[in-house]
Amino acid sequence: MAADLTGRSNTVAEATTKAPVRLLVNGQPYELLVPVHRTLLETLREDLQLTGTKHGCEVGECGMCTVLLDGEPVLSCLTLTVEVEGRTVTTVEGLERGGELHPLQKAFAQMGATQCGYCTPAMLLTAKSLLDRSPSPSEDEIREALSGVLCRCTGYIKIIAAVEMAARQMGAPDSVA
Amino acid sequence: MASARRSLNVVGKPLPRVDAWGKATGRTRYADDLSLPRMLYGRLLLSTQPHALIKRIDVSRALELEGVVAIITGRDVPVRYGIMPVGQDETALAVDKVRYAGEPVAAVAALDEDTAEEALSLIEVEYEPLRPIMSIEEALRLPEPRIHDYVPAGNIHRLASLEFGDVAQGFAEADYVREDLFFFQGNTHLPMEQHSALAYWDPAEGKLTLWSSTQTPHYVQRALAKALELPENRVRVIATPVGGGFGGKSDPFHHEICAAKLSMLTGRPVKITLTREEVFYAHRGRHPELMWVRTGVKRDGRITAMEFQAFLDGGAYSSYGPATTYYAGTFQTITYRIPHYRFQAVRVFTNKPPCGPKRGHGTPQPRYALEVHLDKLAHDLGLDPVELRLRNLTGPNEVTVNWLHITSNGLRQCIERVVEASGWREKRGRLPYGRGIGFAVSAYMCGAGLPIYYNDMPHSEVQIKVDRSGNVTAYSMAIDIGQGSDTVIATVVAEVLGLYPEDIRLVTADTDLTPIDLGSYSSRVTMMVGNAAYEAALKARQLIFRAAARELGVPVRRLEARDRTVFDRRDPSRALPFAEAARLAEARFGLISTIGSYRPPQRLGTYKGSGVGPSPAYSYSACAVEVQCDPETGEVKVEKVWLAHDIGRAINPILVEGQTEGSVYMALGEVLMEEQAFRKGQHRAPSMLDYKSPTIKEMPPVVSILVETDEPRGPFGAKEVGQGPLLCVIPAVANAVYDALGVRIDETPITPEKVLKALDEKAKGGPGRVGPERKPDFAFREPTRVERPPGWPHYRPHEEG
Repeated sequence: MAADLTGRSNTVAEATTKAPVRLLVNGQPYELLVPVHRTLLETLREDLQLTGTKHGCEVGECGMCTVLLDGEPVLSCLTLTVEVEGRTVTTVEGLERGGELHPLQKAFAQMGATQCGYCTPAMLLTAKSLLDRSPSPSEDEIREALSGVLCRCTGYIKIIAAVEMAARQMGAPDSVA
Repeated sequence: MASARRSLNVVGKPLPRVDAWGKATGRTRYADDLSLPRMLYGRLLLSTQPHALIKRIDVSRALELEGVVAIITGRDVPVRYGIMPVGQDETALAVDKVRYAGEPVAAVAALDEDTAEEALSLIEVEYEPLRPIMSIEEALRLPEPRIHDYVPAGNIHRLASLEFGDVAQGFAEADYVREDLFFFQGNTHLPMEQHSALAYWDPAEGKLTLWSSTQTPHYVQRALAKALELPENRVRVIATPVGGGFGGKSDPFHHEICAAKLSMLTGRPVKITLTREEVFYAHRGRHPELMWVRTGVKRDGRITAMEFQAFLDGGAYSSYGPATTYYAGTFQTITYRIPHYRFQAVRVFTNKPPCGPKRGHGTPQPRYALEVHLDKLAHDLGLDPVELRLRNLTGPNEVTVNWLHITSNGLRQCIERVVEASGWREKRGRLPYGRGIGFAVSAYMCGAGLPIYYNDMPHSEVQIKVDRSGNVTAYSMAIDIGQGSDTVIATVVAEVLGLYPEDIRLVTADTDLTPIDLGSYSSRVTMMVGNAAYEAALKARQLIFRAAARELGVPVRRLEARDRTVFDRRDPSRALPFAEAARLAEARFGLISTIGSYRPPQRLGTYKGSGVGPSPAYSYSACAVEVQCDPETGEVKVEKVWLAHDIGRAINPILVEGQTEGSVYMALGEVLMEEQAFRKGQHRAPSMLDYKSPTIKEMPPVVSILVETDEPRGPFGAKEVGQGPLLCVIPAVANAVYDALGVRIDETPITPEKVLKALDEKAKGGPGRVGPERKPDFAFREPTRVERPPGWPHYRPHEEG
């Protein structure tokens, strides 16, 4: 029997059907053979070692595992890897461009929008998706867009402020970001 | 420390936290992000029964499953441990008896998670159910069945009974007496990161390493050594960046010991990450607490005496409970002068996940009761609730009736600032029906004055090494749980050495590599680690200045360090880059490696129970909350919160505001929604969907007001902010609901159902109150009488040197 990409001599996982999947993660193409029940969250964290994507409940309640699928936020814990055949996935590791941080990343750091940092990757990606479709959102739009991601540390206030700051910077015509 | 305050370069500046970049790029590695070659995955099997004898556990079928490497049960890890020396009542897996549904009874290590999960379903456990004890009332009423045998009687875990002054005399002097009953529902921390631990036993070296999401690596090291019967110096605990703690990762946990034991048995690394459901069972959160308070006042509102009784639901184990029991009554006196004070508390065992320290550890419940009670008293007397408080405030440099030493005290300024900012005087009692404003104050400690286990050693130590590249490394066991301890250390060291926080390399939270810090609990880190870091940095600076002084030909006293430069204050052109000065110092003195140690001042009280409450300093907060209540639906919407906090001095104002806002958020969850509740012995809502907590949509605007009082014992004058601001928000909301609707909800959470019930009752001519109706029938023992400080409240202790 062929081992999957984890290289384990598999047992329960080994006994399950596997399927080949091609996907593009942060611009990098991958061809994987994964058990059909493997979630995108598991594939990202365990097979591809992209541990920037977090988990908090693995049943779709907390939003920690949010990644972008063709630019739209999805819960990777509820997405099967085999479902994303041929699609584009962006994780927090894919936010930087040519060694330059995304304006949202800078704003989160500067405004104190991270405390424990555990929700930060999901917040960043969800906010990026918002700003990509709505470059200068109202506060209510920001609240609506981020409402699926929970944070227990910040009270959300500095997260909203950071998204507003990033929007301003990205919108400025002479922006170097 | 006053000399250091001349003009500050980085302290007080809104700089990004030093760990912000790692967190904003996803590079920060939390415990579950770690893996090692040949690592096994562990899972725990949980009890389905709240209270039962284990008649039989059969793991044979599970062991036969392909890919299962090892299974352990209670008999494999039978040594008792617990966070407190008086509470050694836990085992890593239940031995012969389970005490709550969700208690681990077996642990599996397998090649992958799917196999470990499958193996759990193949373990057979036969239980003989016992009657579960599920409430405070049941625990007090039913001495049998006993949950633990080691306590003297029934299901009573701990008792406290103290009297300061003469309460009978105080009540005799009162013009008016009022009593009230309150209930505070239990709730849980709900950190976004699930607990996780990775253990590796090196059989050749006979050493165990555990990476864990823990707030207390030192205490985990001690518990692991005890439970696994290893010498303490063979156990290394590395706390990984904690993805949310709030007190919930302050105990040694089952999964940490099981991962370690499984690694010792298999010779392979073992990782156990709790599921979200298991996090609800791990708990150690807010104690459900029934409280009775009775206060005597003069006509003008001055307090003459107070009695406070608390009944705490401890859940199935001790955890921090012996301390929590005292925290039910200790801090009432640091906000108000109470001339005669009696405090009695009882903590009971019930068949529920153990309660412990959650943000504010045992003090949000009594603060809620006290502040709502005083609001009612003020209404009875026809006084503005703010005015009633102002007539009873403690001041700076005084000793409370229960012997707590207050140094700086900015409570009065906090009240004035909040009253001003919120428009309290214009709004109170004058807003339209359905809209209301409420007010409350609170205070908290800046670190527990005593360690968890008795010892004479420092609570916090910092080492600093300056090398010939000019690099400065600070070593500390402090663990950043999001509160910003890394940033505090880096900022303090940078300030003293004339550098920037980003220049300081940190080695933290590793029991092998770093000197002691007791942990991120009791709001102790800024005060204790900050002072140790300050001392170590000052010693390094002295060596560097001596070398630089000789090179520059100026006296040491004229030197200053700033902007990565050491220079002559009188002639700044005579200067050396910091790195050059460091090289000169190393050439002259050898390795530049310095240390700082901090131990809190001696406590003043000597009575039994006086160990809980003393702290180097106390932080103060005042809060106003404006609400909009819908009398049709009972819904309470918080419109705005004003919160002033006496921070002493803000090391970093962004972090201080962040802690304030986060405290407001957590308090709003506790007062309006969150419930760790049970039905038929089972947790009612062990999922984030069912456990209601506020989202970004419910969060109101917060006006954070920082009051700086320059605490003489704090590093650069700083005090705590991680926990204190939470406390006053909860009663302020309850008082605002009264101002809005004229009903009293005397139990948390204030749900729409309770509001409607109170409104309904009021419409029928009743008092319009929802809350506990009567005190349990329980006879506290006669209180221990403690003399008040001589000349109270004007007693002055001898200041330490």
